Amino acid sequence: MIYQDSKILLEVRGLCASVNGIDILKDLDFTVRSGEIHAIMGQNGSGKSTFAKVLAGHPAYEVTKGTVLFEGQNLFALKPEERARAGLFLAFQYPIEVPGVGNSQFLRLTYNTVQKQRGKEELDPLEFDDFVREKMKLLEMSPDFLDRSVNAGFSGGEKKRNEILQMALLAPLVAVLDETDSGLDIDALRIVAQGVNQLSTKNNAIVMVTHYQRLLNYIVPDYVHVMEAGRIIKTGAKELALELESRGYDWVSAEYKGAAKAAGRVSA
Amino acid sequence: MSAVLQNLVNQPYKHGFVTKIESDVAPKGLNEGIIRLISSKKNEPEWLLEFRLKSYQSWLKMTEPEWQNCHHPKIDFQAISYFAAPKVKAKLKSLDEVDPELLRTFEKLGVPLHERMAMAGVAVDVIFDSVSVATTYKDKLAEVGVIFCSMSEAVLEHPELVQKYLGSVVPPGDNFYAALNSAVFTDGSFCFIPKGVKCPMDLSTYFRINTEESGQFERTLIIAEEGASVSYLEGCTAPAFSTNQLHAAVVELVALDNADIKYSTVQNWYAGDENGVGGIYNFVTKRGLAEGVNSRISWTQVETGAAITWKYPSVVLLGDNSVGEFYSVAVTNNYQQADTGTKMVHIGKNTRSTIVSKGISAGKSNNSYRGLVKIAASAAGARNYSQCDSMLIGDECGANTFPYIQVLNNSAQVEHEASTSKIGEDQMFYFAQRGVDAEAAVSMIINGFCKDVFQQLPLEFAVEATNLLSYKLEGSIG
Repeated sequence: MIYQDSKILLEVRGLCASVNGIDILKDLDFTVRSGEIHAIMGQNGSGKSTFAKVLAGHPAYEVTKGTVLFEGQNLFALKPEERARAGLFLAFQYPIEVPGVGNSQFLRLTYNTVQKQRGKEELDPLEFDDFVREKMKLLEMSPDFLDRSVNAGFSGGEKKRNEILQMALLAPLVAVLDETDSGLDIDALRIVAQGVNQLSTKNNAIVMVTHYQRLLNYIVPDYVHVMEAGRIIKTGAKELALELESRGYDWVSAEYKGAAKAAGRVSA
Repeated sequence: MSAVLQNLVNQPYKHGFVTKIESDVAPKGLNEGIIRLISSKKNEPEWLLEFRLKSYQSWLKMTEPEWQNCHHPKIDFQAISYFAAPKVKAKLKSLDEVDPELLRTFEKLGVPLHERMAMAGVAVDVIFDSVSVATTYKDKLAEVGVIFCSMSEAVLEHPELVQKYLGSVVPPGDNFYAALNSAVFTDGSFCFIPKGVKCPMDLSTYFRINTEESGQFERTLIIAEEGASVSYLEGCTAPAFSTNQLHAAVVELVALDNADIKYSTVQNWYAGDENGVGGIYNFVTKRGLAEGVNSRISWTQVETGAAITWKYPSVVLLGDNSVGEFYSVAVTNNYQQADTGTKMVHIGKNTRSTIVSKGISAGKSNNSYRGLVKIAASAAGARNYSQCDSMLIGDECGANTFPYIQVLNNSAQVEHEASTSKIGEDQMFYFAQRGVDAEAAVSMIINGFCKDVFQQLPLEFAVEATNLLSYKLEGSIG
């Protein structure tokens, strides 16, 4: 929701990034304020997921230009784990399996690490167990998730729920959900979306990266952005997603190129 | 490998210091004269000198094994000194007479020798180069009939027991290094748990090599009589030298009817530097004889050190319904090589064995599991379960599994499972994205991987092993 007294959480200016020497993000601008829900849409290869990973600090991506301020501080001065502790969360498109490491142990470690950073109370295994079970109800997860290894042998839907469970535990300021809807059936989608909605508050913000308007029926965005060739070429309200669904992306692209020409800029 | 992982595995070795102490070192080289010298320095009975000389004769006829998946320049057995001992004025009557420099050394290593400071409930025998320098809680153990002392002392004070069991599980001619050990062994621990006694505390031996040009050839013998049980721990460290030192030990365990021996090792010999220079050659023969019915022998090892490790703690399951277990974690980094595993030889009926091996390779190291499960024709109803998992850190290391299975009885069941996994950049990034730094992440992943083995270790050892592993692998992930 858009609030009058919101503050800027994330401010991206002129961001350029590459992977293996190939430029992916090209002069990207993006601003997120507290309370807002953003959707970033676009065709395959437009740079959506790269943007999510660059924010989180994936080592394979190199930032070549631009700035990102997270609550006013230089995000790129922080290591990935410091970004996470500061309140930046990425729900992975493909959550990583860690065989042998118990899910409950992993969840508690991440929770306590972040709590400690925030000067808050850490929980012992018994306290944490009560706490996490409460959070799991939100996502209709069975308690036996806790006894399994982190994501190992989880179905696609189970992995995505486990991601949102972590979001619930870590209570981030900005949560970036990278194609959290992909691979989910309708029921799972509804449950995951419900969970995300309950976690959305006046003080935090959610950025969803998605291909499909379907997700946006459940999590209603304040802004919809269209990405192409590594930058945001159009921003609109939630209705834009419906329009994209019926008309595709070509018209947005054409419109952007026309405007760029009119402004005397050369399209990349 | 990313820099983060790199740094994580490449922590300096913290036990690499040398103790400055006056030592009595035998001249280099091996011949009958040296063996007679060792024997006379220890005032040994005639039968033991004969045992040594016979072993030496068979060693002369043997050649070094070359089948293992390890490579090293040929060892010059004449360039090694076979006896090195800190100089002492007279026989020690109490710990107060131990050279303070030695006491400081072991305190530094985390093995305080004064009983008032010692680890609660653990009796320790401490071997420095070739000799035992102290044994704690000896008197307390004697009250229940448990004999725990250095091998040299056992030879003099309990010759009938030593003569009866020495070489009964690992005969002198068993293999090249066992023969060498039998000829020149200098000290080690001796444990005897009489009939029906549950040893009231964990027994432990701490081995320290200090002299650059000496080898360590210790001999350990543990006997659990009918219905007896004992848990024994072994730890080892050595200074960082640019040359290689040879450690060729023999450990023999004997479990009679309904006896139970649990033997745990945390091996942290100096592994050489990051270029593979220096380090201990750890060529060890360990074998247990589950002689009695319902007896049980369990080996747990955490092998993190040594330039080369070549050892196969084994169990010969002779008694009906006897049980053999082998739980192993072997970690190699830089240029370390490990060829380790076990042998389970089933002879008695309904004998059971379990093998759980976890190999972790980082850097340019090479880690092999080699194991034999043999079911003799007599072993009706025998069962074995083996699980061998390998984890690779980075892409320049190697992991191999060589399981040998021989089954001569139709009623036996043998299972073998194996897996290979890798700690990669993506796993590390996942942990980082949840706020967890690389060190904690690696420690959690590794501990998860080794869980089945660590839970077999006595508590204090489990903590030590966990720390050792995190420490060892610090900087290697990426």
